[in-house]
Amino acid sequence: MNYETVIGLEVHVQIKTRTKMFCGCATEFGAEPNTRVCPVCLGYPGVLPVMNEEAVRKTILAGLMLGCTINRFSKWDRKNYFYPDMPKNYQISQYDLPLCTGGAVGQFRLTRIHLEEDVAKSFHFERTSGVDFNRAGTPLMEIVSEPDLRSPEDAFQYLTTLKEILIAGDISDCDMEKGQLRCDANVSVRPVGQTQLGEKVELKNMNTISGVRRALGYEEQRQIAALERGGKITQETRRWDELAGKTFVMRTKEYAHDYRYFSEPDLMPVIVSDAFLAEIQRGIKELPEARRRRLVEQYGLPEYDAGVLVADTAVADYFEQAAAGSKNPKAISNWIMTELLPKFAENKISPAHLAELVAAIEAGRISGKQGKEVFAEMFATGQSPSAIIKARGLAQVSDAAVVEALCVQAIKANPKSVADYQAGNTAAINFLKGQVMKLSQGKANPQLAGEILARLLGGH
Amino acid sequence: MSLHTLTIHEARDRLRRGEVSARQLTQAVLDRIQAVDGKVRGYLWLNPEDALRQADAADVRLPLGGIPVAIKDVINVTGQPCTCASKILQGYVAPYDAFVIRKLKAAGAVLLGRTNMDEFAMGSSTENSSWGVTRNPWDLDRIPGGSSGGSAAVVAADEAIAALGSDTGGSIRQPAALCGCVGCKPTYGRVSRYGLVAFASSLDQIGPLTKDVRDCALMLNVLAGHDAMDSTSVPRAVPDYTAALGKDIRGLQVGLPKEYFLPGMDPQVETAVRTAVGQLASLGAEVVEISLPHSEYAVAVYYVIATAEASANLARFDGVRYGRRVVGDDVIEMYSKTRGDGFGPEVKRRIILGTYALSAGYYDAYYLRAQKVRTLIRQDFEKAFQKCDVMVTPTTPEVAFKVGEKSADPLRMYLSDIFTISANLAGICGVSVPCGLVRRLPVGLQILGPAFGEETVLQVAHAYEQATTWHQERPQL
Repeated sequence: MNYETVIGLEVHVQIKTRTKMFCGCATEFGAEPNTRVCPVCLGYPGVLPVMNEEAVRKTILAGLMLGCTINRFSKWDRKNYFYPDMPKNYQISQYDLPLCTGGAVGQFRLTRIHLEEDVAKSFHFERTSGVDFNRAGTPLMEIVSEPDLRSPEDAFQYLTTLKEILIAGDISDCDMEKGQLRCDANVSVRPVGQTQLGEKVELKNMNTISGVRRALGYEEQRQIAALERGGKITQETRRWDELAGKTFVMRTKEYAHDYRYFSEPDLMPVIVSDAFLAEIQRGIKELPEARRRRLVEQYGLPEYDAGVLVADTAVADYFEQAAAGSKNPKAISNWIMTELLPKFAENKISPAHLAELVAAIEAGRISGKQGKEVFAEMFATGQSPSAIIKARGLAQVSDAAVVEALCVQAIKANPKSVADYQAGNTAAINFLKGQVMKLSQGKANPQLAGEILARLLGGH
Repeated sequence: MSLHTLTIHEARDRLRRGEVSARQLTQAVLDRIQAVDGKVRGYLWLNPEDALRQADAADVRLPLGGIPVAIKDVINVTGQPCTCASKILQGYVAPYDAFVIRKLKAAGAVLLGRTNMDEFAMGSSTENSSWGVTRNPWDLDRIPGGSSGGSAAVVAADEAIAALGSDTGGSIRQPAALCGCVGCKPTYGRVSRYGLVAFASSLDQIGPLTKDVRDCALMLNVLAGHDAMDSTSVPRAVPDYTAALGKDIRGLQVGLPKEYFLPGMDPQVETAVRTAVGQLASLGAEVVEISLPHSEYAVAVYYVIATAEASANLARFDGVRYGRRVVGDDVIEMYSKTRGDGFGPEVKRRIILGTYALSAGYYDAYYLRAQKVRTLIRQDFEKAFQKCDVMVTPTTPEVAFKVGEKSADPLRMYLSDIFTISANLAGICGVSVPCGLVRRLPVGLQILGPAFGEETVLQVAHAYEQATTWHQERPQL
């Protein structure tokens, strides 16, 4: 029998803010344990949360970039469960009225995006456990997809695109190693043609995007194999073991939590005003996919170039600044892709200088070969191309009278080549051109020299 | 006249005239505590040396400069215990000041010590304390009310010039009534809750317990105001609450809610309250009968909402980060042992009630429905306040009862708050002022005002107080 896999993803993303969601502590990765804490994020008796507006702003920005409906009225709820990494033993989250609903990542629809606070981090030692509360209270966005994904590859694509968008919007750095992006997956299989969904399994502990793909690949095969054997899939939560390359049962449905959600009485509802929304909208970043399309249309770049440039927002920005005043954006793109990209971080060349270099080559002031020399020095010193050309005396000689005099000199000195050429050996003209270059110490415009020599020797 | 019997304004006048020093005043109060607190047992924790140091440093020109104030054991003061009268917070030392404590310190008050209460403010008699029962100074066999019973008792017994309490369903007004002092529950959002250990977040409000209405206004002047650390505190200017005192109440409409005079109540209490209403009329107020039709549901609604919120608020007491920990073989066992051992029976009862009310399958029938009825109760008050400026009711249906009399029957105990609970559900303000003695036990008159109607409430309370002598009565200890 053929099976169809149905996948929905729940992605938690730490939002890039200076301070935590409900207190003034710094959101800082890697600090000494329990040094970025205060009575509020430690859940001390009597403290109250105060909402971080920047986190709300960035969540709405994410919603706008993903085409969500921004709910003008949303509210906070308490999600109740006991765990040592949860300082209050309830998490402030959003239950029935999240900030964003709908939207999509590529062709995959989103259900919602809501905002909440991250939990602390537990450490298990031989006989005891420890909790580091530095992470507790970090603003956390939960992005929930519809069960629209049909394969592990879809999940890979979904996560890659989502990550690209969130980075482009400066919403999160999405560093999975630092736990800034975490993904849980709901996965089920069903015979092709069946409308009813199969029993779903929740997968946890996938620490890389390719890990998600591998885990889903394993899990769909495991489920299909179980069904093929005549077995049943039970609704449960399974843990992905990266080393073993397998999933293992964590808990079954009987242990499902009743979170007893209710409205958080310590916080006011979030009212998104027209002005606030408009302000966020103004700051919205172009989505990578849209930018790729625009670079192709606006600058006439090949798809490939646009893709390479847009992969890094800073590189794409650099390109656009350089291309703005250039007649040859493709040449700019070539320079960036072949020369700049491998060492972009060390680049000292301003976009305007790169445009100037391309223009100098276009206009024949220097040759392409000289251009490479000039570029190398620009890269090392940050100087302008005109300054380097001048200092090195590189300017190409394109004065026809000067070049013609040199051509006449070369013809006189090499009668054999002239005879060869006139006998039909057209390649002989290259030798003469070489002599012109030699006489000019390499400065003569080679194209111009070729034209003049051909004219003087009589055309073919 | 002994210094400990002074009110804030009397003491302040003497301090400012230089007739007494802040140290002398604090010492007099400490002496009084030494003399009578063995009987009253209002205090859980005292630091006399620290109090005297604060007195020495006090600037008497400040609004509460040199005034000794007692703090209910539910409000955080840096460096002091804050146990909420619960074993589970044994050993916890507060690492920060509540907003109101910062305000009191800035106003020059001397923080005397911590007063007893029902555990986590859950109760009406202060019998639910892990640290023993506080006695009513008027009759040591009786309860002082609760949950701010310690604060009311020490003010009534002159063991503090004033005190802070918290009121979730009557926890300031009810003990104030039963101990014969003035207690005020401000409008929800008028006083910051930052640093008040939460019982029911949407109902809790800090307020003063004082010897007279002027003192109440002076305390409110200091306590009220917006706090960025409490998102539910209201950014609204704070008036001078003493400005309304002494103003004529002629022509003011005083509403008498017909649902607040119940057949089961003590007839002598009813007589005292009706007499007080007559006195207000004779001062020129116009008494109008009003109706609050959803009153009968208030207690039920309260015990769903308050317990639901409490079930989450008290979840943080788990032995992981502070307070008492009872070790177990694993974390679940540590939780259950810590909480099983640390919480008293009433607190457990309410956590279980609240957990149940929020559970899947019951949420709609209990919590959601209670929220809807709460809205109806609030609307009752909004409508009624279109017809009157303030409302007058008994604070409690009866006078202080005997220790142990109701402890076996939680439902009877819950009814002690039947007249005070609605104000918390509606978020409005109210005070209780002494209006009589029944068998030598104080009776309280509750005056309720609309949201941010504190000035009118205090104006009426003050007019009544000045026309009577009940506030001058003192228990014999």
